[in-house]
Amino acid sequence: MKKTKIFAAIGGLGLAALSVFLIAADHIDAPAVAGTSTDIADFYSFQGEDPNNLVFVVDVQGLIAPGQPTEQAVFDEDVLLEINIDNNNDLVEDLVIQAIKRDTTMYFFGPVAPSQTGLNSAIDEANMSGSVPISTTTDIQTTTNNGIQFFAGPRDDPFFFDFTRYNEVIAGSATGFNNPGADTFEGTNVLSVIVEVPKSMLGSGVVGANPLAPTVPVYNVWVEAKRKQ
Amino acid sequence: MKTYKYITIFIAICTSLLFVQCTDADDSDNIIGLVTCDDGLQNGDEEGIDCGGTICEACVGIVDFSGTYVQEDQMGRPGINTVFGTSGMKDSFNTTIPSSMGAAFQSSFETKLLGLNPAYTSNALGLDAATFTTVLANDVLWVAETGTTTYFNGTEILTGRNLTDDVIDVSLLLIFGGPAGTDNPTLTSDFVSANDVTFSSSFPYVANPN
Repeated sequence: MKKTKIFAAIGGLGLAALSVFLIAADHIDAPAVAGTSTDIADFYSFQGEDPNNLVFVVDVQGLIAPGQPTEQAVFDEDVLLEINIDNNNDLVEDLVIQAIKRDTTMYFFGPVAPSQTGLNSAIDEANMSGSVPISTTTDIQTTTNNGIQFFAGPRDDPFFFDFTRYNEVIAGSATGFNNPGADTFEGTNVLSVIVEVPKSMLGSGVVGANPLAPTVPVYNVWVEAKRKQ
Repeated sequence: MKTYKYITIFIAICTSLLFVQCTDADDSDNIIGLVTCDDGLQNGDEEGIDCGGTICEACVGIVDFSGTYVQEDQMGRPGINTVFGTSGMKDSFNTTIPSSMGAAFQSSFETKLLGLNPAYTSNALGLDAATFTTVLANDVLWVAETGTTTYFNGTEILTGRNLTDDVIDVSLLLIFGGPAGTDNPTLTSDFVSANDVTFSSSFPYVANPN
């Protein structure tokens, strides 16, 4: 372990957390998390290329400038990203998928029933489902284990919005949007954790949650960022 | 010259690592290039540095995952806290569990909605202000177990969120568009309808960084 520690120390010296700016879908949504490593930028969930799978995309630390800042942006080892799945519409998580960085790797746990629901979590070590080396801007790594696919690293920010004009409208300095608008997020990057899971691991969805599609079985899903105490 | 300097530093680091390894008399297999479970590198099919994979000990117990993690941020649907959160409540919204959100925030969301659009009566989904903000205050994303997942595609409504979905226009239309979606035409679209880079149809779907 002696060498491991020395190697980790050298690696640590070469990395620096990046402070970020601006806002988006959830980017810098509230004072306590704005610009921190727990600031969730965005969350997507959709049917995979294989329709038997569901994909979750979690973006953190939004609006990273291209080039060297992207290479210096890093996941925080003290921040657990937790995807929550409620499959009986009581708005309480029945399953979680946990992701956390250690050294140069992102580790994943679940989908598994959490030992406790709510604001506090422990990592379910016994249910590690896989891991993936964290990608860089040029070295793109994905892994697959038991049918689950994993990715972690910098990506183009998929969000698009004329957020600058929106703020002007809200502030009263503009009366409407421009046509065409200008994508505030064009050319910027985020740190993404992407996991694709067989739906068979998520249980059955429940009908009635979505009043606009009352016969469609759905999962209620959301993501949380939790900091080690 | 800059590149040369970095190469020199790199060699220096490598050499120092080599030196550290050579001083460790406990090991007999310190040959650079050989994948081992104590070389201080993640190599072979190891899942972490010197753990996991086919030959090394499992990472659990070696890598420390202990401790309690406490919530600081959360998100279900796009833009909810950003648009409907009000000064003083955004942090508490992020640390409220979804089953408590409706009771805690529906009322203030409704006030905010009527502040954004004082003429609001209903929207294209036929939801009055109280019903619409009840849906929004429970900040979870509905995802269909089977079939099309989309925030809105002209037919299906709120059955997931694709990378290509123009969630901002959907939100603006529902806030400002009125029952027919035709009110306030300069506020119902930001006229940015797609990402500047195309997405892949295969994992990991999102485009390479800029």
